[in-house]
Amino acid sequence: MTNENLIQYIYSIADNSLILGQRLGELCGHGPTLETDIALTNIALDLLGQTRSYYQYVGELSKEDLTEDDVAFLRNEREYKNVLIVEQPNTDFAYVIARQYFFDVYHFLLLEKLMESKNVNLQAIAKKSMKEVAYHKRFSGDWLKRLGDGTEESHQKMQQAVNDLWVYTDELFHMNEDDKVVAKAGFGVDNTELKETYYNEVEALLKKATIEIPSTPYFQKGGKKGIHTEHMGYILADMQYMQRTFPDMKW
Amino acid sequence: MNPTQDIDPKLFSILKSVPDPEIPVLSIFDLGVVRSAKLLENNRVKVEITPTYSGCPAMDVIGDDVKKALQENGYQPEVKLILSPAWTTDWMTEEGKQALKEYGIAPPESAEADKKALLGNEQIIPCPQCESTKTKLVSQFSSTACKAMFKCQDCEETFDYFKCLI
Repeated sequence: MTNENLIQYIYSIADNSLILGQRLGELCGHGPTLETDIALTNIALDLLGQTRSYYQYVGELSKEDLTEDDVAFLRNEREYKNVLIVEQPNTDFAYVIARQYFFDVYHFLLLEKLMESKNVNLQAIAKKSMKEVAYHKRFSGDWLKRLGDGTEESHQKMQQAVNDLWVYTDELFHMNEDDKVVAKAGFGVDNTELKETYYNEVEALLKKATIEIPSTPYFQKGGKKGIHTEHMGYILADMQYMQRTFPDMKW
Repeated sequence: MNPTQDIDPKLFSILKSVPDPEIPVLSIFDLGVVRSAKLLENNRVKVEITPTYSGCPAMDVIGDDVKKALQENGYQPEVKLILSPAWTTDWMTEEGKQALKEYGIAPPESAEADKKALLGNEQIIPCPQCESTKTKLVSQFSSTACKAMFKCQDCEETFDYFKCLI
């Protein structure tokens, strides 16, 4: 395993948190109620905090003396290794919740395993993040149940969001070449092992929420190889604007 | 002092005088974010602090405040942020919990109670204003990531609860 394998692996974990954090940040001041607005931005803050820890570690590993800002703001689209689900837009509150829940369950299972990593830095970040993600999952799971099992309209919207986002869940368990090398070295997690537990947990909750489980055999993929949906360019344009316009700017 | 903290007794009172920037009734010492403070030669001091939450925006301010307090006392401080072991509400001192309650924030309940709540069971947090146990969770997330929002059904006040991290 080379340092570059490890850096790429860290991107595949941290970029998920960065892009989802950015998406949730867009909702600041636009949440459906004050409480949910605050909750979503709190979750964004946790995710961005976790991202910083990972990127700071990338900085230590890199030969070019990268800073966390370089890593977050100065890569091109193909260099981001996040899964496609986290870049999907905030279509309505049901989409925000479905996207969050689908990611949170995976995130929790991943961190549980990453806590056993042979790499002390990843282990420490996982132990810290795990405590936060337990709250994220509870929030998104509660809302999914409430909306699914709520009014006729909330049920219909929740079902629609689940139908549309379901096709992005399979990618969570894909392994690119770097993931495989790093997992084999005992530093990373073999995502394929999480899949069964994931679908059991998600399907049990959907059932409680009276949401039908979509049956599509076709799933979307590409993010882990840097091939993103059309939404990604817009996210980066927004997110990178300041650093691209005023290179090396500092707060 | 918490058994997991490693703090030079000479620095004790200085660190105790630094308030948490968001909850000023609580010192960062009582909060348990100061993990170690060592006195080295030539009045140099090495302090390690750990965040309550990964994205806690107060960490930079806490670091600066610690530096300032030590400098004012003639020391040359160096502050380092560490992640491991991860912060837990168990590190909050009893004095700290009391101060929180008097300030109107319900202090963290036992780790066991929160664990049960995370697993989906009801959690009872007494109201810090009137002590009633008839309270209701309004939101898992409140004014900061480390707090949840509750409402008392007797005195009808909403209040913050400092969530357990275990």
